[in-house]
Amino acid sequence: MDSLDRRIINELQGGFPVSERPFLDAAQRIGTSESELITRLRCMLDNGLLTRFGPLFHAEQMGGALSLCAMKVPTQRFDEVAATVNAFPQVAHNYQREHEMNMWFVLATETVAELGATVQAIETATGLPVFNLPKQDEYFVGLHFQV
Amino acid sequence: MIRERYLDNAELDRRIVLAAQSGLPLDARPYHWIAAELGVKPETLMERMRQMLQDGRIRRIGVVPNHYRLGYTANGMAVWDVPDEDVTDIGKQVGAMDIVSHCYRRPRHLPDWPYNLFAMVHGHSQEEVRGKVKRINDLLGDKVRRHDLLFSTRILKKTGLRLAGG
Repeated sequence: MDSLDRRIINELQGGFPVSERPFLDAAQRIGTSESELITRLRCMLDNGLLTRFGPLFHAEQMGGALSLCAMKVPTQRFDEVAATVNAFPQVAHNYQREHEMNMWFVLATETVAELGATVQAIETATGLPVFNLPKQDEYFVGLHFQV
Repeated sequence: MIRERYLDNAELDRRIVLAAQSGLPLDARPYHWIAAELGVKPETLMERMRQMLQDGRIRRIGVVPNHYRLGYTANGMAVWDVPDEDVTDIGKQVGAMDIVSHCYRRPRHLPDWPYNLFAMVHGHSQEEVRGKVKRINDLLGDKVRRHDLLFSTRILKKTGLRLAGG
């Protein structure tokens, strides 16, 4: 990662234009060429510095539902329960955390009804309660990583 | 000549999500490329994209860095139990801090889970994250009834959000 890669990461976490030649417009802002910007993005996607490039959609505004869920999984069952939970396509991310509530996952569904049904299905499949923690208010979402 | 396929806006927007959710093509004219795939004029596609940006269905367009690869290996979920009458004010204060990436109010599940305010704090080490969270605690002072900080120890799954096709 050189200084141009850093500038791309710092400057392009939002605000990529919607225009006929958006890479050209963005490249001028960053101080490089259209073709160099495209090459750098391809390279950083290939080597895993970037997980994706494109629009980030807002699930709820699109009519879908999103929720954070937590479970207290007994240590000896952890891997088995993780496999069961991860097998649900509605589970977008799942993290182990250091706490009695040790499994934290995000459910994303196309409808609100499907979200409730998925919570119940995970409880049935694992035999463990799922604590559903949908957001009630959003104060800030603006992940920006400076490099 | 492209004959524009008739689609109502809702159906067109849905197809745009499906076509773009895994990423924009790395082509000099990415929107033209998607428009051709969907059989609509580039101007129509760009107009719908701008509309979705304006009404919030698209949060932003850009790069999503892999924060682990950038050295942000410590990821702390900070949680607080604060009075319901104060949570909106406190949430806005915490959300305004540049060390916080997400900040939400969520329901308690008593007695197992007493916390109603959540913030994600990232850093290069757990120590750095603890230092940042201490700054938040200093700000909140005696409004905090209980507090905890949960570090992630393992990513079990990460596929991102996907609309099913069809």
